[in-house]
Amino acid sequence: MIKVENLTKRYAGHPAIQNLSFEVGQGEIMGFLGPNGAGKTTTMRILASFMPPTSGRATIAGFDVFEQSLQARSHLGYMPENVPLYNDMRVTEYLDYRAALKGVSHRRLAERVGDAKELCGLKEVEKQLIGTLSKGYRQRVGLADALLHEPDLLILDEPTIGLDPNQIRQVRELIKNLGKQHTILLSTHILPEVEMTCSRVIIIHKGRIEACDTPENLLGKIRQAGGVVVEAKVGSDNGVDELKKISGVRDVIVDADGDWKIFSLRVESGVDVREEIFRVATDRHWIVRELTQRRATLEDVFVELTHPDVV
Amino acid sequence: MRKFYTLLSREVRSYFHSPVAYVVLIFFLLISGVDFYFQVSFMNQRQVQYTVQEAFFNSIFFWFAFVLIFPLITMRLFAEEFKLGTIEPLMTAPVRDWQVVLAKFFGALVFYLVLWIPTLLYFAIFLKLTNQPAAHSAGAYFGSYLMLLLLGMFYLSIGCLTSVLTRNQIIAAIVSFCAITLLFFLGLVQFILLDVSSATRELLGYFSAIDHMVTFSRGVIDTRPIIFYLSMTIVMLTLTYQAFQSRKWRL
Repeated sequence: MIKVENLTKRYAGHPAIQNLSFEVGQGEIMGFLGPNGAGKTTTMRILASFMPPTSGRATIAGFDVFEQSLQARSHLGYMPENVPLYNDMRVTEYLDYRAALKGVSHRRLAERVGDAKELCGLKEVEKQLIGTLSKGYRQRVGLADALLHEPDLLILDEPTIGLDPNQIRQVRELIKNLGKQHTILLSTHILPEVEMTCSRVIIIHKGRIEACDTPENLLGKIRQAGGVVVEAKVGSDNGVDELKKISGVRDVIVDADGDWKIFSLRVESGVDVREEIFRVATDRHWIVRELTQRRATLEDVFVELTHPDVV
Repeated sequence: MRKFYTLLSREVRSYFHSPVAYVVLIFFLLISGVDFYFQVSFMNQRQVQYTVQEAFFNSIFFWFAFVLIFPLITMRLFAEEFKLGTIEPLMTAPVRDWQVVLAKFFGALVFYLVLWIPTLLYFAIFLKLTNQPAAHSAGAYFGSYLMLLLLGMFYLSIGCLTSVLTRNQIIAAIVSFCAITLLFFLGLVQFILLDVSSATRELLGYFSAIDHMVTFSRGVIDTRPIIFYLSMTIVMLTLTYQAFQSRKWRL
């Protein structure tokens, strides 16, 4: 669906994105993660034919975004960041106008607009002026707009930005449902969302791709592959040394809370050391009051790959 | 073409959704109404060699209001879309650049025509009340309104150009006001600057909007101004289109 080859974009000599290459296949939900300023919006704008790349190629459904811009645009529904809308129009009016602009035929227009409104829960506000809508509704209008001409591909730039947790959940459900029939490329900062909805993730940092894989694979690859937390009274023992002896344990950090010591262990991926820890604890007569496995999250991957100190 | 009409109808509707349009309408009709009144009452007091219709279209009130409305009509055309960011959903929809540019221009033109239609009433009222026609002939009406259309197209296209060059509506308004006023006063140079050679003054006289209006409102339809205004409008619109496309290449 999307094919990007060596895409580069420079703003006044400063490169926003450099030699990006990736592919999004049909039916995938691709998450686009990255810190602010990494180049996500720039890439999406190039894909949506809003601006041309400095070099490189991108195609949507086989159509080059620059040479065959009109066909590329007809195959995609784009929702820009901060959903810019005409505040002086009513919701229905705006959607009718956008549908006509996208080439939805006369006969199907009312049906398509109705469907989009239904899907995005806009029926209650259909006669309201867009300028009076709350952020959540504006986002939904933007999403409905992207769906009007039944595109195969949806490109959503931060679709849940600024929404409250309820609204985020609703939009997430919506995106999941849409993912069954559309290919979606979405950018976001909300990592749990990515884990829940996306089939693959691209992490972009300073204009370059740091990682491009399924969430599971990414979680498996990072150095800090999870950890175990033990809270115990170890008496006169040196808990750190004892725990370090366990195979699979890479590192131990200790923190004190009165008599209780909190050990954070970094463990090799795939190894469950909790049984060993229990055995060591019983052998050495420690009193254990917490023994938990902390799963690695995408946030760890993100921070690991895009930490400002890491180039 | 359907997309062009969609864009055009949205442009016209958006004019009437904004308070600026109504302010311009009221301001303009107020001034033209007062102008009409003054012209007629002036004629009540003495003999004159021209008709009511000629007086109306050539008075100083008319030109003053006329030059002022163009920046107000065109300043928001492109600048507002750039500022608000709505240019992004517009240009990522499958529409061509020329459709957008022409829809904005014609939207402004439609609004401009709506501005002028009530003035037809003045002449109708005059006819009704005095049983005398306000002009020599139908040709005089036709000529003056034709000149309005031509001047309107030209000045609106200048306004479009200034609007596309900036995100700031005020800058667009000021630049177009300066450009239009300068162009307009080019015609007066022939009377003001006496040290300029007579050939130059004659040349500048050809550009004079004031002279054009005087001739046309007598019913004399001269093709030279027609070609001048039409071609200049096309030039300005082409420049607008180029400037619009060029934003893709700008940083």
